[in-house]
Amino acid sequence: MLFVFPLLFVFTTVVIIPFIIGIGYSFISWDGMPLNEKIFVGFANYIQLLSDSRFIASAGHTVIFTIFTVLLINILGLTFALVVTSKLKVRNVARTMLLMPYLIGGLILGYIWKFIFTDVFKFIGETTGLTGIFFSWLLNSKYALVAMIIVTTWQMAGYIMIIYINGIQAMPEDIIEAAKVDGAGFWQTLFRIKFPMIMPSFTICLFLTLSNCFKIFDVNFSLTGGGPNNATEMMAMNIYNEIFSLNNYGYGQSKAIIFFIAVAIITLIQVSITKKREVVMQ
Amino acid sequence: MKKTGKLLVEFVVILLCLAYMFPIYIVLVNSFKNRQELYENRLALPQNFSFQYFVKAMEKMNFMRAFGNSLKVTVISIAIIVILASMTAWMLVRYDNKLSRFIFMTLVATMIIPFQTIMMPLMQVMGWVRDNLHIPMLNTIGGLIYMNVGFGASMAVFLYHGFIKTIPVSLEEAATIDGCNKFKVFWKIVFPILKPTTVTVSILDVIWIWNDYLLPSLVLSSKALRTIPLSTASFFGQFTIEWNLAMAGLMLMITPVIIFYLFAQKYIVKGVAAGAVKL
Repeated sequence: MLFVFPLLFVFTTVVIIPFIIGIGYSFISWDGMPLNEKIFVGFANYIQLLSDSRFIASAGHTVIFTIFTVLLINILGLTFALVVTSKLKVRNVARTMLLMPYLIGGLILGYIWKFIFTDVFKFIGETTGLTGIFFSWLLNSKYALVAMIIVTTWQMAGYIMIIYINGIQAMPEDIIEAAKVDGAGFWQTLFRIKFPMIMPSFTICLFLTLSNCFKIFDVNFSLTGGGPNNATEMMAMNIYNEIFSLNNYGYGQSKAIIFFIAVAIITLIQVSITKKREVVMQ
Repeated sequence: MKKTGKLLVEFVVILLCLAYMFPIYIVLVNSFKNRQELYENRLALPQNFSFQYFVKAMEKMNFMRAFGNSLKVTVISIAIIVILASMTAWMLVRYDNKLSRFIFMTLVATMIIPFQTIMMPLMQVMGWVRDNLHIPMLNTIGGLIYMNVGFGASMAVFLYHGFIKTIPVSLEEAATIDGCNKFKVFWKIVFPILKPTTVTVSILDVIWIWNDYLLPSLVLSSKALRTIPLSTASFFGQFTIEWNLAMAGLMLMITPVIIFYLFAQKYIVKGVAAGAVKL
């Protein structure tokens, strides 16, 4: 009892209770001022969501952002892992450098890249004359979204690389040797032998990148702030703005509940699909 | 021929990795430049290394204080998470009944709840505690640590749980026969065996708590309590016109992380890999 109670108490007060009363908050209308009345509005908040074009747009940005970022992170992460597990002499140095961005944290990375996309890009454009590519990306709604994708990929690829490295190193050497003896080429070994065997790592990486990208906030906050004209506002940020900037506490909370349901559904579907495709090793 | 080919590959790989570090390079070189030099060329190395912008940035954002706050929050939160989560996980594994399994499943299931879903009600709960029970949960380092423990609980219990399941119970039984009580059995026998998981949990939580922005921004409002991310956000908001100063500030912020990384790299790589568990 004494062993379990303290942690469960903290956990209950920080996660469970807020989660439950959060469901309650989603049915009321309230501006967050303690003295002002909380009015029960039933499902009105959820109905209002259906016609909230800014929220729907933020969901759209999140989906586009997530699809591209998940793909890029996994392609890049797996490529890095294959390079780093090769017999190259520079593999350890390479690994050190590639993991670095992940440790710095989204907020600071966003600020670093903000300087690059606005000021450094403008400078490069002016000096080289390539103003078609190098201009202030964060002022253009399409390029700002691309900037979000690039920064998040840059942050996460090294992290995902580490997980793929583990998967690759867990592969039994003799199977790969046997394939080589049987005359399998580089690509054949890669696609027919290596990829199926790293399926478990693939599940983990997809799961991690999918949920991390879908819930992105820090990079969004520091790099673009949702701009220009809310063109890069993701769902997490939309919820944050609705509650803490526009002071629609009840309405914002109903968005938060929908956000939770979306995250839960995506992760459950994704895990159940990839689990089926894993190779069973005897 | 084959040998030069291989050398070429090594060279290309290193070149690509250096290109990957380009943003860090940009921050580093521009943090030494004065304003005019920066506007002349953002890419070149600085002509004279002047540390004055570091000093100025350090003062403006109260770096030492923010660093101290971050250190306090991170170290204490992790110490509490490690102690409480390891004990909890041990009990949940050793007393395997319906209740234990229910508690464990609840802990794991809540890991998918996004922070945005509970941030507002959490602040209401903590505000209520402050107003009615007179415990200062908001705008205090202690309150932030308390909430970090709550958010870190699931993952830590999950990792410890997985490891404890693999430890045979016989050692603990022998100690009990020798007259050790529960506390002694845990601290003298079990906890030392858990060291690899303790390292994993600590590494994962350092990365998370040190860089966490949203929760501290909601909990802490006093300037004096700002952690590194909070101080970065407010500093960067003020100095976007003076990019050289902003870069010096960012360089200061990432230096502790880079130093920590270079010293603890082995553990970080292991910890990050071990923490990527499948649900």
